[in-house]
Amino acid sequence: MSQRTFFQLDWVSILLVIILIGFGWGNIYSTTVTDVNADILDFSKIYGKQILWIILGFLLVIIVLSIEVRFYERFANVIYLVALLSLLGLLFFGKTIAGQTAWYSFGSFSIQPAEFVKTGVALAMAKFLSEFHVNLKNFKDQLKAFGIIFAPILLIMLQPDAGSALIYLAFAIPLYREGLPHWYLTIALLAGLFFVLTLKFGFAIVSAVTVLLLTLTFLLNKSKKKKLWLYIVSGFLVVGFSLSVSFIFNDVLQPHQQDRFDVLLDDEIDIKGTAFNLYQSQVAIGSGGLAGKGWLKGTQTQGRFVPEQHTDYIFSTVGEEWGFIGTTIIVLLFAVLILRLYFLAERQKSQFNRVFGYSVVGILFFHFFVNIAMVIGLFPTVGIPLPFFSYGGSGLWGFLILIFIFLKLDAKRISLN
Amino acid sequence: MRKLLPLVIVIFSVVIFLARLFYVQIVDESYGDVSQNIAIRKVYDYPQRGYIFDRNGKLLVGNQPAYDVMVVPNDVKDFDTLALADLLNLTPKRLKERIDDAIVYSPRLASVVTPQLTKSEYAYVQEKMYKYPGFYIQKRSLRDYNVSHSANVLGYIAEANQRDIAANPYYQSGDFIGRRGVEQQYEDLLKGTRGVKLFLRDRFNRNIKPYKNKKFDTVSQKGKDLSLTIDSELQAYGEKLMKNKRGGIVALQPKTGEILSLVTAPSYDPEILVGRKRSRNYTKMYYDSISRPLYNRALQAAYPPGSPFKTLTDLIALEENVTEIDETYYCNGGYSYGRGARMACHHHKNPVDAISGLAYSCNSYFAQAYRRTIEKYDTPQEGIEAWRKHLESFGLGNYLGYDLPVGRKGLVPDADYYNRAYNYPKYRWYATATLSNSIGQGEVLTTPIQLANVVAAISNRGWYITPHILKEVDHKPIKSATYTEKNYTTIKPENFDPVIEGMYNAFNYGTARFLRVPGIDVCGKTGTAENKTRINGKTVQLEDHSIFVAYAPKDDPEIAIAVFVENGGYGSTYAGRISSLMIEKYLKDEIERKDLEKWILSNSLEEAYAKPYLIEEQMEN
Repeated sequence: MSQRTFFQLDWVSILLVIILIGFGWGNIYSTTVTDVNADILDFSKIYGKQILWIILGFLLVIIVLSIEVRFYERFANVIYLVALLSLLGLLFFGKTIAGQTAWYSFGSFSIQPAEFVKTGVALAMAKFLSEFHVNLKNFKDQLKAFGIIFAPILLIMLQPDAGSALIYLAFAIPLYREGLPHWYLTIALLAGLFFVLTLKFGFAIVSAVTVLLLTLTFLLNKSKKKKLWLYIVSGFLVVGFSLSVSFIFNDVLQPHQQDRFDVLLDDEIDIKGTAFNLYQSQVAIGSGGLAGKGWLKGTQTQGRFVPEQHTDYIFSTVGEEWGFIGTTIIVLLFAVLILRLYFLAERQKSQFNRVFGYSVVGILFFHFFVNIAMVIGLFPTVGIPLPFFSYGGSGLWGFLILIFIFLKLDAKRISLN
Repeated sequence: MRKLLPLVIVIFSVVIFLARLFYVQIVDESYGDVSQNIAIRKVYDYPQRGYIFDRNGKLLVGNQPAYDVMVVPNDVKDFDTLALADLLNLTPKRLKERIDDAIVYSPRLASVVTPQLTKSEYAYVQEKMYKYPGFYIQKRSLRDYNVSHSANVLGYIAEANQRDIAANPYYQSGDFIGRRGVEQQYEDLLKGTRGVKLFLRDRFNRNIKPYKNKKFDTVSQKGKDLSLTIDSELQAYGEKLMKNKRGGIVALQPKTGEILSLVTAPSYDPEILVGRKRSRNYTKMYYDSISRPLYNRALQAAYPPGSPFKTLTDLIALEENVTEIDETYYCNGGYSYGRGARMACHHHKNPVDAISGLAYSCNSYFAQAYRRTIEKYDTPQEGIEAWRKHLESFGLGNYLGYDLPVGRKGLVPDADYYNRAYNYPKYRWYATATLSNSIGQGEVLTTPIQLANVVAAISNRGWYITPHILKEVDHKPIKSATYTEKNYTTIKPENFDPVIEGMYNAFNYGTARFLRVPGIDVCGKTGTAENKTRINGKTVQLEDHSIFVAYAPKDDPEIAIAVFVENGGYGSTYAGRISSLMIEKYLKDEIERKDLEKWILSNSLEEAYAKPYLIEEQMEN
C-alpha cells in the first residue's frame, strides 16, 4: 500500500467501521465474560478469539489495500467462480453445525464461505453490468443478472441456510440503480404486502376484500378507457398469490419456520416455546430504559437469558446495557456508514466501481435492517449477523474485505479514468 | 430518481427502528419488572416472631423451627411425580393440585407445597430435594407454647390467606399472620421485618453473584417482644377453677387498668393450633357449637348483670340526691308498684339503707331508689337519659376500648329504646315499666370485662383506666395515652363510700359472708341472673347464671374481679367461691382454704349444660 493510497482512503468510513468494531467487541465481551478478572486475550474464550479475528482482519485489510486496483475488475469472474466452488465444496467437505453444512473446519476453528461469496457476487455483478453492451432494459440481460445472483442462492439453500440466501435480495439495490424496470420493485413490494396480509388474516378474507375493492373501483371508475381485463387479471393474480402463500405456508414450510412468522403476527404467543428467543430479547432491550443498566451490568445479559446473544442477538445487549441512548447511537452509526458508502458509490465515475459500491451499500443495509428488525420483534427470526457486532471471524472478515475493496476502488477512482 | 432509493430506505428504517426502540425502551415500562423477575432471585430471610411474656417476665410463647417445602412453578422441570409425592407424604393427585394452586397464585413466586415438616422429616426430605428443580425447603419459625393456658388471650398464627395477601402487599404465600387474641391485635409489632438477599441468576437458575453488590439486600429483624399484663399463675389458676364450667373471669388491677387475668371456659391448649395439626383442630373447634371453645366469654358474652348492678343503682341515686346515706327503708318482702305489680325480695334483716341494702341485696330498696331517680325528672324519658349518662361514664353500653380484637357493646337502653318498645307517644310509659333495671334484670346487658371495669372504678372511687393486655414492648412500658390516662365517672368520690361499705358488709354479714378471705378486706357483690331459653317455641326456665364481682383490699385496691358462671345458680355458689379463691391466690399466693378449693375443683356443671338438650329430647319423644 503506497503512501498516496493511504491518504486517499475515505477515513470517515474507516473511522465508523473502527468505532463499530470496538463497540461490538465490548458487547461480545459482556455476553461471554465469566470471570471478573478475565484476561481479554484468553483465546480459549469467545471474547478473546474475537480479538484475534479483529487483529487478523486488519492484516487482511492491509493485504486487500495492497493489491493493485485493476486486479479486482480483471479477476472478478474468476473470484466469482472460486466462490461458487467453495460453496459447492461444502457439500463434500463441509462441517455440519446445528443442521447447517455451512463451514469448513480447520482444527479448532471453522470458516463460513458464504460470508465471502457476497464479495465475489458483487464483483461479478459489477463486472457484468459495466460491460459496454449490457442493458437492464433487455429481458435477456435481466435474466443473466438474476443468474449471477441465483447460482449462489441455490448452493446456499442446499446447506440449508435461508438467512444467508435472503441477503442476496440486497442486489436489487444496485440492479435498480442500473436500470432494472420499476415494476419489479412494485411487484416485490405488493407480493410482500399480500404475503403478510394472507398470513395475518387468512386466504379467504384477503381474497374476498381484494375482489370487493377491485369491483368497487371498477364501478366507480367513470373513465371511458377503463379496461375490464386488467381488473380481472389483477384479481386472479392476487387471489392466486394469496392461495399459494397459504399453501406454501401451511404445507411446504416446516413447523419451526411457520413459528417464526406466527410469533410476529399472532397475539397470543408462547413465551416459553417458539417465542422464547424473541421474548427474552425484547425483555433485555425493554428493561434497558433510557440509559441502560451499564456495561457488564445487564441482568438479562449476565444471566445469559437471551440465546445466541453474542451472535445474532448481540443488539439486545446494546439495548439492555446501553439503553435507548446506546441503541439510537448504534442505529445512527450504521445509517451514517451506509449513507457515506452510498455517497462514495454515487461519486464513482466508473460503472464497475459504482455497481460494486451499491452492492456494498445493499449488503450492509440488508444485514443491518434484517438483523435489528428481527431482534426488536419486527421481522421473523432469520439467522443473519449484525455487521462488526456479532461474534464470528468469517462474518467480520467478509465485511472488512467487502468494504475495503470498495474503499480502495474509491481511493483510486481518479487514476483509473 | 433511481439514485435516491438507498437514501429513502435507510432513513425509513432508521425512523421505524427508533420509533420501535422508543416504544419498547421508554414507553413500555413493563419489561423492567419482567426482567427483575427473570434475572433476580430473592432469597428471604424470615424473621423470628416476637416472644410473649407475662407481667412477671415469664415466657409464655417462644418459637421453634419448622421447614416448608416450597415450589416455584416456572423453575419446575419434569420430575418423578410418584417419588416426590411419596417423599412428601402426599397422594400424586394432591401434589398435582398443590402445584396447580401454586401456578394460579404465581408461576414465578414461591408457594408452599407441604408446610411445616418436623425436624426428622426435614432431615430425610432435605437429602433428596436436589432431584427436584423448582422445589426447595424454606426454614420458618413456628410458635412454641410454654404454657397450656391463655389460648384465647394469645390467639394463634396461621398462614396468610389470599385475602390477607390482597389486603396487605407485605404478605406472601406461606407467611404467617396472627389470628385472634394478642397475635392478631399486635401482629405489626410481633411479625418483625423480613430480610431479603438479591442474587443475579442465570438461565440455569444458578446464582451468579449478589445483585448490585448487595445494595438492596436487607437483614431480617426479629419481631418485638411483648410483655402482657396477664399474671401467668393467676391465669392458670383461673382456668383450673373454671374446669367443667362455662363462663368467664376478668381480673383487673384497678390502679392501672391492667388485665391480670382473662379466663374463658371452656378453652383449649394453644399447642393444638401449632403446625400441621392446626387446620384439623381449628375446624373441629370452629364447628363445636355446644361448648364453643373459640368464643371468648369474658369479652363477648353479654348477659344481664344481675345484682352487682345494684351498686350502680345505689351510686346513681346518691349522686342524684334522691336517697340519703342515713335514710332507712323497710322492706316488706317485696316492692309493690300499682295494680298488683310486685317485685319480690328475699328474707333479710330490716330496716335497710344505702349500705345494708347492698349487703343484703335487698330488691325493694333498689327498686324504690331507681324509681326515685327516674321520677326526679319531669318525664321518664329525661329520667332514663340522666340514668344512662351515669352508666356510660363507667364504660357500659359501648366497646371499652381494650386492646383485644373481639368484644361486645352490651346494652344501656336510652329513652328511644323504650319509646319504640312501648310505641310512644301512642302509649305512654313510666319509670315502673323499666323497674327491672334497678336490680340488673332489665334491658341492661354487660360483658364480664365491663363488670370488672365497673368494680375497678368503684374501688378507685370514681375513675378507671381503660383495661388493656399489653404492658411492655421489648421490655419497655407502653406509653399510649389510652391506657395510662384516667377516665372519670360522673359520680362524686364521697358517694362511693356507702357503696364500698355495702360491698364490704356483704362479706361481713351479708350474702357473701362465708366467702371471707382470711386477713384481707374484700368488697364484693353477689349476683344471680335468671336464665330462660326457648326450646321448640316454649320458654323454659334453666338454672340461673351465677355472677360475682369483688375487689380487694378495701382501701388499697390491687385486684378487681368479675366472675360469671353459666347455670351456676346463686352468685355466691360458684362465682363467689371462684372470686374469693382468685383474690386469695393473687394477694397471698397460697390457698389456705383447701376445702373451698376442693369444692370448686370437684363440682362440675356439665349436667346443667346438658339440660336443654335433654328437655329437647323429651319434647320430641
